[in-house]
Amino acid sequence: MPSDPQPILKVENLEAWYGESKALHGMNFDVREGELVTLIGRNGAGKTSTLRSIMGIVGNRTGSIQFRGKELIRKRTYQIAQEGIAYCPEERAIFASLSVAENMTLPPVLRPGGLSDKDLFEAFPNLHARRKSGGSKLSGGEQQMLAIARILRTGSRFILLDEPSEGLAPVIVKQIGTQILRLKEQGFTIVLVEQNLQFARLVADRHVVVENGQVVDTLTPEDLSADLDRVKTYLGV
Amino acid sequence: MFDGISTQLLFGQVLIGLINGSFYAMLSLGLAIIFGLMSVVNFAHGAQYMLGAFIAWGLLNYLGVPYWGALFIAPVVVGAFGLVMERLILRPIQNLDHLYSLLATFAAVLIIEGLVRQEFGSTGLPYNSPLPGGVNLGFMFMPWYRLWVVVFSIVVCFGTYILIEHTKLGAYLRAANERPEIVESFGINVPRMISLTYAFGVGLAGLGGVLAAPIYQVSPSMGSNLMIVIFAVVVIGGMGSILGAILTGYLIGIVEGLTKVFYPEAANLVIFVIMIFALILRPNGLFSGKEGYK
Repeated sequence: MPSDPQPILKVENLEAWYGESKALHGMNFDVREGELVTLIGRNGAGKTSTLRSIMGIVGNRTGSIQFRGKELIRKRTYQIAQEGIAYCPEERAIFASLSVAENMTLPPVLRPGGLSDKDLFEAFPNLHARRKSGGSKLSGGEQQMLAIARILRTGSRFILLDEPSEGLAPVIVKQIGTQILRLKEQGFTIVLVEQNLQFARLVADRHVVVENGQVVDTLTPEDLSADLDRVKTYLGV
Repeated sequence: MFDGISTQLLFGQVLIGLINGSFYAMLSLGLAIIFGLMSVVNFAHGAQYMLGAFIAWGLLNYLGVPYWGALFIAPVVVGAFGLVMERLILRPIQNLDHLYSLLATFAAVLIIEGLVRQEFGSTGLPYNSPLPGGVNLGFMFMPWYRLWVVVFSIVVCFGTYILIEHTKLGAYLRAANERPEIVESFGINVPRMISLTYAFGVGLAGLGGVLAAPIYQVSPSMGSNLMIVIFAVVVIGGMGSILGAILTGYLIGIVEGLTKVFYPEAANLVIFVIMIFALILRPNGLFSGKEGYK
């Protein structure tokens, strides 16, 4: 566990709406520097909405989101990204009209410390081999690699990852797990939405359980291993 | 060449077709760019084209700025006008149904045309050609200015195409066309990009207006008359398709010119007949799916 007790992300009473429908009902949690926190919970519990709310990609939101002491609740999505938060959406959002190389190099360098194009292609050699292909021609696993790789370009050290293991073969999930652990070792702070418990328990420092748009529990990896039945009830599996 | 049709008539009409096609291509290109990124059917495009022509006329007659100066100044002024229009009219309604932006830009046409008509009257104003004379090609006389319009519009259209399909800036546009919120989550100021894209599309219309001033009469209704054809071109080429807009623009111009030679009665109709067939056979447009930006 990181020694720094000061949270770099502090979410308080976060409520969010998509049009008339309310997705979050007062989320409270925080994330410390270098930590890997998962948001776990059933489908529709509000995990993805939490990430989208942090990024400002929801219809409306209230409450408080403090990042490195700055309030984000009234900032626009691009301003939030410029503060140093990177977001990798669940559906990966690889642009079909862009080549793999264009997808990879699309995010701008926002701060020093971002990976260069050369570093990125070295880290993901199979993407380099397919750099001229259309973005939609990649397999699911390659798309996920690309979605993670491209946000490393920005230099943001705080990453929101939405279900990177979803719909992928176990061997690919393992590769992605390795990449995520590598990022953690490099000091990235990561908030991970994950349904795959096996995957989540391998990588996380802490699990935040979300239900009905609220945080109902926080578990350590030990809790998770010791009381798997309780966790499975949370997930409805 | 053909029975009863002189070569001069044929090439003359093909040239006129190419000239008209140049305007169709430039205007439908601007519409396609705007529609691609904003899903706004910019009804005001014709009025913005007309403004370009009037600004060129005003620059010459009030300030003594010649055509070549107007060619740069007028599109910038019309683009700036577009910037203001986007900010004040389109942005506040961007999350509403697209019908609202269509109606808002249509209202803008009525206001802009009304104001210009009030000030300058309905009859057209003359604008002398900056490139008088021409060259005799043997089979036909080619006025310099018309040659300039065709060449310049081809350069502008394909330059824009290359900008969008083969540059980093274009990659942002294509990506924002697909998923604006994701592009914004990379830290890119997408709202500003939308404003500038609208201004660019509108600036293209203004540029078209300057090019048109020495050929057609500078009149308040010059844009409205053209817009019906432009919308047909956009539909035939595929809504929002950049290459489709350009190629269909020239193609329709030439087809229209040729129809004038072979069956003049159908010249005004042929575009819409093509549009009907395009809608039946390729409802997404002739050029849809051939490129990234749609």
